[in-house]
Amino acid sequence: MTRASRRRIGRSFFYVLVAAIIIYTVFPFYWAVISSLKSGQQLFGTDLVPPSPTLDNYVSVFREQPFLTNIVNSLIVAGSTVLICLALSVSAAYALGRVRFRGRSTILMLTLAVSMFPQVAVLTGLFELVRWAGLYNQLGSLIVSYMIFTLPFSVWVLTTFIRELPRELEEAAIVDGARPWQILVRVFLPLLGPALATTGLLAFIAAWNEFLFALTFTLTNEVRTVPVAIALISGATQFDIPWGNIMAASVVVTVPLIILVMIFQRRIVSGLTAGAVKG
Amino acid sequence: MTVATSTPAPAARAAKPVVSRLSRQRIRAAWMFLVPMLVVLALVAGWPLVRTIALSFTDATLKAEQPTRLVGFDNYLFYGPNRADYDASLGGYYVFYDPKGTNLVWKPEEGKFWDIDQNKPVDYDVDTSGIFSWQGLLVDPVWWRSAWNTILFTVISVTIETALGLIIAMTLNAHMPGRGLLRAAVLIPWAIPTIVSAKMWGWMLNDQYGVINEVLLSLGLISTRIAWTADPSLSLASVIAVDVWKTTPFMTLLILAALQMLPGEVYEAAKVDGIRPWKVFTRITLPLIWPALMVAILFRALDSLRVFDLIYVLTSNSINTMSMSVFARQQSIDFGNVGFGSAASTLLFLIIAVLAALWMVAGRVRFDK
Repeated sequence: MTRASRRRIGRSFFYVLVAAIIIYTVFPFYWAVISSLKSGQQLFGTDLVPPSPTLDNYVSVFREQPFLTNIVNSLIVAGSTVLICLALSVSAAYALGRVRFRGRSTILMLTLAVSMFPQVAVLTGLFELVRWAGLYNQLGSLIVSYMIFTLPFSVWVLTTFIRELPRELEEAAIVDGARPWQILVRVFLPLLGPALATTGLLAFIAAWNEFLFALTFTLTNEVRTVPVAIALISGATQFDIPWGNIMAASVVVTVPLIILVMIFQRRIVSGLTAGAVKG
Repeated sequence: MTVATSTPAPAARAAKPVVSRLSRQRIRAAWMFLVPMLVVLALVAGWPLVRTIALSFTDATLKAEQPTRLVGFDNYLFYGPNRADYDASLGGYYVFYDPKGTNLVWKPEEGKFWDIDQNKPVDYDVDTSGIFSWQGLLVDPVWWRSAWNTILFTVISVTIETALGLIIAMTLNAHMPGRGLLRAAVLIPWAIPTIVSAKMWGWMLNDQYGVINEVLLSLGLISTRIAWTADPSLSLASVIAVDVWKTTPFMTLLILAALQMLPGEVYEAAKVDGIRPWKVFTRITLPLIWPALMVAILFRALDSLRVFDLIYVLTSNSINTMSMSVFARQQSIDFGNVGFGSAASTLLFLIIAVLAALWMVAGRVRFDK
């Protein structure tokens, strides 16, 4: 075999591999979209393009259950989680990233440990706390409990970012007599815009997708968030699952996420790797 | 804000005592900045963890009428009567009605058998009564099954994800047109909520209408439709397949980040020396990305060991796929046995902590912070 033909075979093998990767990662979601546009008997066929696309499933998923309320609930929970989490973690990250003091690495390791431990390990204790505080079956219970997995992660990512900012900025501000909180708000905060966007986005996605706490701390359909609502969509019998509705609901909650991920692709990758590889 | 960048360094160096006062002040300020975050973490993570561990030593239930008692390690392991047989109206465990006409009850407080018809203690051998046996989490076959499922799930899915992640990351690392598009496509499974991906795959794997059965049937690879998620011998494999699909992107990204930090000169030198690609991979690439790979595997393994959503949605509470998290939640919330469920949670916490520590020592994982 000549060098050129071997090269050509290698090349085509490579492109087959690329195609296989794309089909593998994209097809399941594509199939969900296609299924959501089919109604009646078409749903059980294998057409790769719906013969007569309809929005029936989308209409019925909003009509048959408080799905709009579920979406609003998810937005409230994820939005509040992000705001509280960013406020708490940016100040902590400033302390951890810019000031040398004893106990700093202990605190960093502690937050890392919290992000690693299983959520089920705090489930009964948190359930007790939620009921004691009168937050059972309220969105507040979710906002509070989501701090467990959003805070440690955000602290780590923001600490990584804030540490890389030039030292001179801060020194100049100190000489100018700025107080620490002024340094944080006036010097660092404007520079941290991209980092805050990345961290906020990752925290938002994590809160939007959370299931265990949302399933356990809410009881009625009006307080449920989107993942629980989708998981609990059921038909009249076990053999009568409304797959069309489930796929429509899945597409509704996933498309915004996919668009966000496409737009902020680079940021998300840098945030994930800052939180994991360097951490 | 305008800053004078020319003066600070010499000015700060000139006034030594001021600096130390300044740094004391800064350290005080740093703690003030940290306190809110630490208080919240202590409240939502520290306290509930302590409470869960404490509850695991009690017989707490979700039923309000029963007072909670300390039971020591009984939820984990003890030799005694089955707690489900406890009859509050008799004040003990009903044993049997024997031919002589005696109704015997074992009263744990007194440590004696009682004849409830004549209301007096009876001399009777505990061992021959047969009401004592080993009880608790550590002899519960369902818990052992869930532990085994979780370990199997973690080992197999993390291994496949690492292999797939390496392949995809190296493909993404190659120079080619449309690389950004490919990277975006790879990110899609990561962005999809776990619940949604479980439902999507549940639909594709559906035994009657699923597209996977249809395709395999038409290709002649199978002769009858397969119940992927219900068949006891296939359901764990199905769960693993869905998890691999969902989490390989995370692995890919971490490996890709490590690959992009590799020095190009090494590869050029290898090319000049005419070293074969496979050898380049095992002798250069793998050792260089080893630390990042160890961290990535640790993160994924810790995540897999606590798996809940995917299994709960795809196969509900089936014993064939039940993970330790599913078991703990079912016991403490669905069945209301808070004490017993907390013991299961605590045990999972301990297992994960020990495995994480072992991995960090064995893989020489360093968090250079």
